[in-house]
Amino acid sequence: MAQAQIPLNSPPSPPAETNGHQHPEAWKWYHYFGYNTDHKVIGIQYIVLSFVFYLIAGMMAMFMRAELYTAESDFLDPNVYNALLTNHGTMMIFFWVVPVAIGGFGNYLIPLMVGAKDMAFPNLNAIAFWVNPPAGLLLMASLFFGGSQTGWTAYPPLSLITNNTAQSLWILSIILVGSSSIMGALNFLVTIYKLKIPDMRWNELPLFIWAMMATSILALLSTPVLAIGLILLLFDINFGTGFFRPEMGGNVVVYQHLFWFYSHPAVYLMILPIFGVMSEIISTHSRKPIFGYLAIAYSSLAICFVGLFVWVHHMFSSGTPAWMRMFFAISTFIVAVPTGVKIFSWVATLWGGKIRLRTPLLFAVGLLAMFVFGGLSGITLGAVPFDLHVHDTYYVVAHFHYVLFGGSVFGVYAGLYHWFPKMTGRMYNETLGRIHFVMTLIGTLITFTPMHSLGLQGMPRRVAMYDPKFEFINQICTYGAILLGLSVIPFIINMAWSWRYGEKAGRNPWRSLTLEWQTTSPPAIENFDEEPIVWAGPYDYGIDTQSFEAVPSVEEMLKEVSQEVK
Amino acid sequence: MTAINTSVNGSKPPEAAHEEHDFRTFGLLVFLISESLMFAALFVSYLIYRSSHSTWPPEGTEVELLLPTINTIILVSSSFVIHRGDTAVKNNDIPGMRLWYGITAVMGAIFLGGQVYEYLTLGYGLTENVFSNCFYIMTGFHGLHVFIGIMLILGVVWRSRRPGHYHANKHTGVEMAEIYWHFVDVIWIILFSLLYILTLF
Repeated sequence: MAQAQIPLNSPPSPPAETNGHQHPEAWKWYHYFGYNTDHKVIGIQYIVLSFVFYLIAGMMAMFMRAELYTAESDFLDPNVYNALLTNHGTMMIFFWVVPVAIGGFGNYLIPLMVGAKDMAFPNLNAIAFWVNPPAGLLLMASLFFGGSQTGWTAYPPLSLITNNTAQSLWILSIILVGSSSIMGALNFLVTIYKLKIPDMRWNELPLFIWAMMATSILALLSTPVLAIGLILLLFDINFGTGFFRPEMGGNVVVYQHLFWFYSHPAVYLMILPIFGVMSEIISTHSRKPIFGYLAIAYSSLAICFVGLFVWVHHMFSSGTPAWMRMFFAISTFIVAVPTGVKIFSWVATLWGGKIRLRTPLLFAVGLLAMFVFGGLSGITLGAVPFDLHVHDTYYVVAHFHYVLFGGSVFGVYAGLYHWFPKMTGRMYNETLGRIHFVMTLIGTLITFTPMHSLGLQGMPRRVAMYDPKFEFINQICTYGAILLGLSVIPFIINMAWSWRYGEKAGRNPWRSLTLEWQTTSPPAIENFDEEPIVWAGPYDYGIDTQSFEAVPSVEEMLKEVSQEVK
Repeated sequence: MTAINTSVNGSKPPEAAHEEHDFRTFGLLVFLISESLMFAALFVSYLIYRSSHSTWPPEGTEVELLLPTINTIILVSSSFVIHRGDTAVKNNDIPGMRLWYGITAVMGAIFLGGQVYEYLTLGYGLTENVFSNCFYIMTGFHGLHVFIGIMLILGVVWRSRRPGHYHANKHTGVEMAEIYWHFVDVIWIILFSLLYILTLF
């Protein structure tokens, strides 16, 4: 440690230069509102900011469901409906699930789990976060220009001819969050690869780390392609080029390829970190070694790899040639294999475990059920003939809300409850957590299940008006959405109240084995008050039950081990 | 902990500074892989447009070949020049490194100048047809990278004015500028074959 301080390369900066601004012992509340290079602060900044966007986008969904309560367009102007629809999708994807799952959990947990003090590039990390608020403001600003009308896909020619200013602001906003995601992913990869403590072997990495590695690779490979697509679209809108204008020799399908080359992997960006969270939670709360560690780890990488070659299944109805349809239908089915490996492994982990049915596990099991259902409807959509039938109907809406809400958002909730004691040092309220879970689960089922039926009967998505014969089912969906909206309230109360007044959690309330639980809660500024020790694999629960039960707490075991090491 | 005393303003804890060498080069490589996907997206789009037109480039938007070829030669040879600079710094020859890097920057600037001259003399603009769209966006985007590369090189030259800032055992910054420059160069070779050589066939 000492030899690196020799100021060979640069003269030591005098203390006066830093304005006497030193690390405090612990971060105060106002540190969370400014530029800060601590990965834990950045992680919480991501989580809180994206949660605000989640609420905004959720309100948009409430308004949309209210409009859809009747077949006529009587509550909102159709143009307003289109703007809400676009921004609901955009915010939920780019400003909620991606930042909270990758930015939030990734930032908070990766250095802790690999035993590092911080990210490899703390400044880059802080910059990556601070790109998000201006991007969000740009998106908000676009609403004042009528909002983008095109849905989150922004397909030309629609995006070329409606609300040009709003569309341009939308594009700039997405390019900004995209660059943030590239910076973040780069940081994660370098951190995992270079800062992992040497004791930890590759097959002892927590599965969340494996998942984040796959996520980062995917983000690095796919996001630049979206950026190019959007830049070309921006030029088409504002600078008179014709990449996507057929009358000038352009081709709209090129945009669809560029867009989906990112946006299909984006669904894995949104679910892979959650898969990592799932592995942690299920193993910890069922007190059993994870079933098939290597299978889960490699299946993340397999999803990452196969996920790069399935994008055309969004374009089966775009005049795609038959061989392409066939290829991409098959590759789509193949993605189900590694995903199924994970699902089976989690079920096998739960099987015969000593299950503690606390809120994180409730959400995790809820996720399993919802995701299997959503995944299966995804498989049906991968079949070309069926896809052509239900393309752009509510069946698709039902499918992706099952996997995105029932999958990703359930997982985010599970992770938030699971790591809440670590982030705040206090326990959340279990009763409120369970109320939250029950309301969310029932709300999700009532809202999104009937949509399958709507889609099969042919109700198109993205339109404010519909055939009156669909009214009854739509009203059920709206009631479900209201319940879903209300379900956030116990969550917010729980988080806010427990953060201040919850009972103290201690270092390791779940008696979990990954490294982040070896430090204080919340962790000290440089993460570990003493060097972390890998004294067991991340999921070696209950392997030597007798000695495990005999020792009252992990701290004492740690002490014992560290003495042995000395 | 000793590291508690480091300033908030982003300076890394001392141990991190020690290993920084590995970090930054690895980080740059990861970034360049990501960056190359941006160009790949442009190249593939270009090839799709090319394949959907019977004459490519369309009438009236032909490219000239002499100036870009000279430009290519300049840019490719600058890669060798910058490598001389890297060798120099590894031998602790800082003035040599500054000289070679300075020459590289000048060659890059000549390349950019040639590019601008070509834009002015081509006789058609960005909005002419899809070929001209592609041509200006791709060369412009690459030109932006050349510009950033020149800035990096000048940054290295500027920083090396202080004796001891770079030396034989500490030259990550020098190396990173070189890697970036090679990247820009390789991209140009692909771009040149697509935009210029492919129009001959």
